[in-house]
Amino acid sequence: MIGGKDKSSIIQMFHVHKHYGSKKALIDITLNVSKNDFLFISGPSGAGKSTLLKLLYLGEPVSEGQVLVDGMNLSRISRKRIPPLRRKFGIIFQDYKLISTKTVFDNVALVLEASGKKKKFIEKKVKSVLRTVGIEQRINALPPSLSGGEQQRVAVARAVVGSPKIILADEPTGSLDSDSADIILNLLKGFHTHGGTVIVATHDKELIRKSGERILYLKQGRLLGPTPI
Amino acid sequence: MATYYHRAIQDIKDNGFLSATTIITIALSILIVSAFALFFTNANDIMNYWGKGVRIMAYLKPDTSQKNFPDIKREIQGIYGVQDVNFISKEEAFKRLKEQMKRQSSILMNLNENPLPDAFEIRMTASSQGGEKVEEIATKIESLPSIEDVEYGQKWLERFTNIFDLFRLAGYAMGGIFFMAAVFIVANTIRLVIYTRREEIEIMRLVGASEKFIKSPFYIEGIIQGTLGGIIGIAALFITFKLISSSVEHSFKYELLNIRFLSPEFYCGIILCSMFVGWLGCYISLKQFLKA
Repeated sequence: MIGGKDKSSIIQMFHVHKHYGSKKALIDITLNVSKNDFLFISGPSGAGKSTLLKLLYLGEPVSEGQVLVDGMNLSRISRKRIPPLRRKFGIIFQDYKLISTKTVFDNVALVLEASGKKKKFIEKKVKSVLRTVGIEQRINALPPSLSGGEQQRVAVARAVVGSPKIILADEPTGSLDSDSADIILNLLKGFHTHGGTVIVATHDKELIRKSGERILYLKQGRLLGPTPI
Repeated sequence: MATYYHRAIQDIKDNGFLSATTIITIALSILIVSAFALFFTNANDIMNYWGKGVRIMAYLKPDTSQKNFPDIKREIQGIYGVQDVNFISKEEAFKRLKEQMKRQSSILMNLNENPLPDAFEIRMTASSQGGEKVEEIATKIESLPSIEDVEYGQKWLERFTNIFDLFRLAGYAMGGIFFMAAVFIVANTIRLVIYTRREEIEIMRLVGASEKFIKSPFYIEGIIQGTLGGIIGIAALFITFKLISSSVEHSFKYELLNIRFLSPEFYCGIILCSMFVGWLGCYISLKQFLKA
């Protein structure tokens, strides 16, 4: 859905621009994402997909325009409210961003510790989520000892463990084989089935084709709307 | 809170060498500053002790008639703060001098007459034995018409006080320098820990960890390092004090003076100060390197 306004909107962007000095990364983006949408943002490398995701969790500030996330206006948000904003998201990165010195359990538990949950609850919830993503047998392993697919499953577990409203996945299957990519896609679909909103930035056409979900196409920083794969 | 504490302990373990360096630096700084404090405490005691032993010698004018001596004594005794007054005739003074200068008696043998004046030896009450009070009494005595001169060991006491003040000033300056050095070292250690954990901190922020969640373990780490440094510094000073105090006490045993260690309030204060050093080093580092 582009440029529309929906009662159940969870993300709205109005004429958003992002530039790094003279380089324009995003140009006049207007976008509306409804609750429980599963949305792919596609486009070639350097099109601005990652930048667009970063604007949503304030990984980068907007240069111009307005971004609303679950009723929070990001251009007026105070520094203290950034952590609560980020807890609305579960973020999955292509390079996993796992803490290499912490075990699988500790990496996933970090999200719940940061939101002040009790130890018993954390233990129960983390084990349950690791079971769901099929990696419970590696609970005490350190990330460098895991395969790429396993690491990405840990990243998915970390993204969903805090029961966020939205999952942002930035090239989640970029460095995975086809089987591992399928597992990740199914985990994301599972989250979506349970009422979550999912936004995936990818240039993996195979992944988009398999999912059958809606796509927005970005080219040179401009949103071109749905495009056939 | 338990989570923060656990993470702080883990950090100290993970960065063992850095933490040990910080703790030792704080300990050395505390040791040096406390050693100065210990010196001042005892030097102050010695000064007070010596101050209490000060007597005033009032020398009479050569033409003072002997029959006036009781009146002069009464006048001196009437001054507030004077405890007792002893008359020392010039013959008695000469006798004492001869006793004191037994080895150089030939010098005194050649004297045709006794050059010493008659004098009064004055002792003060316990409440009037401070430097300024003695000086006040001495001025009053000196103003009496029959008194030619007054002596009360003021000059060497003043000289010693001046040296003592100089040491005190140097102590404050060194205390300040070591305080800053310790803060700087703690700040640097925390900075290096932040640097080694920058990726982890970035991830914590991405998953929505609050600044309190990220920074608290660092503060706890700084305070733990400060506390350990303070305790080690004080303990090292105490051991050194025990080792050398017996020989120092031996030198003062005739003076009935006890060399004492710092009071519990004082060394608890130093440990608190040391904790503050840890906290401040951490605060500076976090302020510079963990901007959200």
